[in-house]
This record gives sequence, C-alpha cells and structure tokens, in this order.
Amino acid sequence: MESVFGLVGKDFAIVVADSSAVHSILVHKTNEDKIMLLDSHKLMGASGETGDRAQFTEYIQKNVALYQFRNGIPLTTAAAANFTRGELATALRKNPYMVNIILAGYDKDIGPSVYFIDYIASLHKVDKAAFGYGSYFALSMMDRHYRKDMTVEEAVDLVDKVIIEIRSRLVVAPPNFVIKIVDKDGAREYAWRESIKDALVPAV
Amino acid sequence: MMKIDFSGLDASVPLCGNTDELCNEISTEQKFELPTAADFDGFQREAVQMVKPAKGTTTLAFIFKEGVMVAADSRASMGGYISSQTVKKIIEINPYMLGTMAGGAADCQFWHRNLGVKCRLHELANKRRISVTGASKLLANILYSYRGMGLSVGTMIAGWDETGPGLYYVDSEGGRLKGTRFSVGSGSPYAYGVLDSGYRFDMSVEEGAELARRAIYHATFRDGASGGVASVYHVGPNGWKKLSGDDVGELHYLYYPVEPASVEQEMTEVSGS
Repeated sequence: MESVFGLVGKDFAIVVADSSAVHSILVHKTNEDKIMLLDSHKLMGASGETGDRAQFTEYIQKNVALYQFRNGIPLTTAAAANFTRGELATALRKNPYMVNIILAGYDKDIGPSVYFIDYIASLHKVDKAAFGYGSYFALSMMDRHYRKDMTVEEAVDLVDKVIIEIRSRLVVAPPNFVIKIVDKDGAREYAWRESIKDALVPAV
Repeated sequence: MMKIDFSGLDASVPLCGNTDELCNEISTEQKFELPTAADFDGFQREAVQMVKPAKGTTTLAFIFKEGVMVAADSRASMGGYISSQTVKKIIEINPYMLGTMAGGAADCQFWHRNLGVKCRLHELANKRRISVTGASKLLANILYSYRGMGLSVGTMIAGWDETGPGLYYVDSEGGRLKGTRFSVGSGSPYAYGVLDSGYRFDMSVEEGAELARRAIYHATFRDGASGGVASVYHVGPNGWKKLSGDDVGELHYLYYPVEPASVEQEMTEVSGS
C-alpha cells in the first residue's frame, strides 16, 4: 500500500511519498516519483491505483496550466484543490478515480497550505495529513511531534523519523521515499531517502 | 388545480406504463441509483476481476549497454489445458520497436497492431520516427480509456529511438512505468530472481541473450502456465533482431545434463532365508 504524507511548516510545505511501483507481490520499480509538480508553486502527492494516479494527476496538472495560459495568472492553491475535488466528485458516481491526494502549495499572501483530498472527494485544509498503511504511523507521530511554524530542519527531522518508523514497523514497507518541498522560491525535489538503489543506468 | 412546476428536475422513467398526470407527478422524484452490492467501494473492481483472464505467461525485457533484450515463452493455457505451445508473444510493432504479450492474446495483438498503425501515422505526419516514450503513452492512454471494461493487457514496449534504448511497462489498468528491467506474467517472480542476480549493465549481446534465455527457462521450469519455446530478441540502434528460439525442454538438458544417478537404496537378498 502506498504511503503519502505531508505537513505545513513556517513558510513552506513538505510532501513525502514512497517510490515503489508494486503489482500484487512484485515490485516493478523502486524509484517511481509519485509527487507531481502542478505548477511552479504547487505539489500534488498521490497514492492509489497506478493508472488512475498517473492519469488523474496529469489531467489536473494540464488543466491548471491551461487556466494559467487562458487567464495570465496562476490558480491559488485553494482553487486548485477545489477544482481537483470537483473532478473527483463528478466522476465518483460513474467511474470513480481511486486516488488519494495531498496537495501542497505556497501563495504569496496566504503562505503555505496543505489540502487532504481522498478518493471519495472529501476536501480538508489541514496542517498535516497522511494516506496509506504508513498513515497509521505517520499520523500519530506527526500529532505528537508537530508544532506550528517548524523550520525546514525540524520538519525534515520529523519526516525522517516517520520514514524510519514505516520502514521498521510496516510488514510490506517501501524501501525508498521522495521528499518534495514548496516555499516562496517554488516547488522542488528536496531529497530521496533510499535504502535500495535501482540499476546503475540513469533510469527515470 | 395548480400543478407544481417540476420542469427544473430530470424526469425519470414513469412508474406506470401510461402517461396520465397522476403518474407524472409521482415519477418525477429525484434519485440516483445505488449499486446492489455489499461492497460499495470495490464492486466494480470485483466485476472486472471476474472477466479478467490470468496472465499465464513469462515475458521479460531489460536495458543494458548494447540496447534492449526482450524474451518470452510461448505457451497459452486455458486453466489446466495447454492450448498452444507456439504462441508468438513478442510482437513486432515496427522495425525498431517490439511489444510483449501477457494477458488476453486478442487484446494484446489487436492493440499492438493498432499502436503500429498510429506510430506509422505519426511518422508520416511529422517526418520523423515516434519515440518509445510517445508510443508507450499512446498505448497507455488508449488502455486507460477502456479501464473497467475487462481488457487484459500487460505489455512492455521496447525500442531504440533518438535518445537511445527505451523500455516501458504498460498495462490495462492504465499504469505506465519507465524502467530498465521488467518481467510480466505468472512466471515473472521466477524470472526476476534469475534476472536480477545475473544482471550487469556492461554485458555483451551474447551474455545478455544468455541471461534472458536462462531467466525464461527457469520460469518455465517452475511455472505451469509458462513453457514452449524461449524466444530472445535484441533491439539495437538499427532495429530489432531475433537471436534465438529454443525449446525449453531441450534447454533443460543443456543446462542440466543427465548423469547416472547414484542408487539410493538397493534391494538386497536377505541372507540366510
């Protein structure tokens, strides 16, 4: 089961996802990037069925880009979150997308924000959120150690604690994780936490 | 009598056959259908699982220094019956791209042929060959649009384009993965074991072919749904070339020749009877 979690810091937001692509008992890939850059200041970490995850997040990404082309200004994080939830809700009673999403963004006047959007189209603006079996460990650890206005170092420290806990306690623990951060300078990859390295060839 | 204006609501099918006014008022009640299933979240997936044939096969592909190596078995099984030992599971999309077949044979053959058509149209429209990335994306989008309708396709698209060797795994759930080593089918865990432990990036073509052949052989040995002939193809800068097609039964005696077995227990005459 795929783990995604995220939290809001002092003037940044961080999203972490595991990077295994799994098919029943087989691990096809251990360096799959599940956190998509929606635009310069938004991150969308998704977990769920492979096809739905990749296709739905790309659909949202292209629509966010289209809005920017048409209107000359980018969407706010709240608007992007509500748009995503709307798409999930519309499809829900016909052909539901089995994807759980953590959307993080930075807006100039509002600051950082994290949105929890699950596969049945609930939307919540939160300080911290988690999906998957990893959430059983992540949520309680974040509840215990999270404080408002954490620095990047403190937040990454908490993230590492969670990753170690998932790796040691979850029976089908994913070996590798990717951490992405979004702040006033934009959304970018922060680090990988790898305990298994995929083939030496430059793959992805 | 004043009639309430229901024109804003969608009128569902009237309960009674005739359309008198009383029936119209009763029938225009707004509702949506709920599935009559115990598992509301998973019933759609259950329905697909019912029609989904198991992917009884072993296919593998990997990228290495000299290009892409693609290999597959050739058995088709229907439950416990082996319907064919000579199925072509490596499909030639165009002279520089190969696709592998796992899942429904008809689905794989049809959609690979369809992909070949689209690739050719791309070449004609753009005056250049399509990339492996583009071809796999075309196939993935088509399969995604049919999701939930029972297509069963687990394929790898392997090719050589301007950026070098490319390998993608695409399946009928809409998943698409870029990678350097994949194996698909019921025999894939067995193949992965041999492939992963023997893999080196800087193998020669012969070494790569031998690794691929060996991995298929070991999978066919342990997996009942895989067998027949182990075909090995190589995709290089000038396109693909079939390297070998060996019967796995013969490969067995090649790898493990028969030796006179030591007698474990001998029946001896009981002395003094």
